[in-house]
Amino acid sequence: MNNALQKPVLTIRDLRLAFGDRRHQTPVLHGISLHIQPGEKVALVGESGSGKSVTARLAMGLLQDSKRTHVSGSIWFDGIDAAKGGPEIARRRGNRVAMIFQDPTSALNPTFKIRGQFRDVLRSGDRSISKDEADRRAEAALAEVSIPDPKRALDSYAFQLSGGMNQRVMIAMSLANRPQLLIADEPGTALDVTVQAQTLNLMHELTEKTGTSVLLISHNLGVVREFADRVYVIYRGRIVEHGTTAQLFNDPRHPYTRALLAAIPKISGGGLPDLPERSPEFENPLITHEGCGEPAEALS
Amino acid sequence: MTSAPILELDRLGKVFAADGHSVTALDDVSLSFERGECHAIVGESGSGKTTIANLVLGLLGATSGAIRFNGATLGRSRTRDQKRAIQLVQQNPLSALNPRRSVGASIRLPLDVHGLGKGSERNSRVAALLQEVGLEPEHAKRSPRGLSGGQRQRIAIARALACEPELLVLDEPTSALDVLVQARVLELLQRLRRERGLTYLFITHDLAVVRAIADRVSVFQKGRLVETGPVETIFSDPKSAYTRELIGAIPVVTEAEAALRAAIRAGTPIPAGAE
Repeated sequence: MNNALQKPVLTIRDLRLAFGDRRHQTPVLHGISLHIQPGEKVALVGESGSGKSVTARLAMGLLQDSKRTHVSGSIWFDGIDAAKGGPEIARRRGNRVAMIFQDPTSALNPTFKIRGQFRDVLRSGDRSISKDEADRRAEAALAEVSIPDPKRALDSYAFQLSGGMNQRVMIAMSLANRPQLLIADEPGTALDVTVQAQTLNLMHELTEKTGTSVLLISHNLGVVREFADRVYVIYRGRIVEHGTTAQLFNDPRHPYTRALLAAIPKISGGGLPDLPERSPEFENPLITHEGCGEPAEALS
Repeated sequence: MTSAPILELDRLGKVFAADGHSVTALDDVSLSFERGECHAIVGESGSGKTTIANLVLGLLGATSGAIRFNGATLGRSRTRDQKRAIQLVQQNPLSALNPRRSVGASIRLPLDVHGLGKGSERNSRVAALLQEVGLEPEHAKRSPRGLSGGQRQRIAIARALACEPELLVLDEPTSALDVLVQARVLELLQRLRRERGLTYLFITHDLAVVRAIADRVSVFQKGRLVETGPVETIFSDPKSAYTRELIGAIPVVTEAEAALRAAIRAGTPIPAGAE
């Protein structure tokens, strides 16, 4: 698991983010460090407002253009520092790094058929690709995610397909250019539980096959336990606990992680969950489990 | 449980028809709700759970069958008292509360509509309701925009309680909340039910929440009632393949839950210690 000799796909170092103008700034991230090894599935789990989604958006270079965002620290990905944003990371979006969003139907453009959107995605990976070749690859990709009639799906608009189908289309598109890193922000949260389970299985299967690393952003500890190899728990812009999935769920050590786990209702019974008090202990320093430290230096 | 059910659905059906197409949203559903129980309605999108809520609230008329409340048939036109007795709490409290109205005004509105209490008493009634749901009387002056999700849901609950209902229709009341907040709102709902002798029609897709709070569960799929029974039975011996599939798809966090889920998926006996 912890192969120190491997070069991480993504290394985030002391990432800080604040929103606001020169005079009034609201700090959102207080120095986040995380890394993802090749082929690894890593989860960033926290409540709403904890900073998990902005971390993902910064890694994609999607927030930096605004004058009201103030970023420091580094985000090493594919030989560049994405923390500053700009054209270098923009060029890698959709081919070297891809993203899946919570609501697949609103993530797809309602005014174009799937076919055109799929061609655009493939063209961002290979500018010289012909229409026929793009269509052939799109059909193969849709067949790979078990869409029964790929030709018909390509000729549909997103609103003509079900949420589950759109999620499959998103997964197929995001992996079409064999990205090094897939960022999945609450995938399937807007979908039914059986469809969500299928979505996670599909993502698991395909990323194993392509060797794609995954950064899973989620509020759902159950989803994290099913899917991730390693977990970072984030609370109010700070990582509070970091361990392998087994370490974190079998031996949660940080008061915040413990409170979260206790507050979830269990299908095995036990009545109403414990009532955790929001306590100052939630702000306790980071607890790192054995063998899970950050790599010694940001290699790039 | 006492003798007569508070709410009965008798061969209830609802068909939506337009442009020559028709969709059967609810198909011949018979079900009774005992006074004081929390009866969960679970199912995925398109299962008919929201249609049931809309029929019970009188927002839709049934195509066939009947709804009886305290023994009397409920149609779409209802007496003021029948309307007062059944109240709704929705999933998203921000869109359920009028952003231009203060919290106090929102909670007071049902008192004015139903003419409950004298004018001067109503404001103290609002203060008492706020305290009953764990907020302060001072919250009455605030706007819902400045409050947290958990506080807003408490306000929506206080508003539903204002006109002394007997039955609360809770439509995914904690789905939009963080887990730490959800735990507190579930505890509040449980306490209010006990103290006020309320009956809950609890709509949710989250079977873990069902296990924690419900007495009975009815599982719906595509408008049909697939299975109904006490919550312990559904989780120890689910009869229908669909219920097994639903429980089998839940992401879980403990070994005990994983063992229970694996047994339900495989149809083998429930392991000891998973209870």
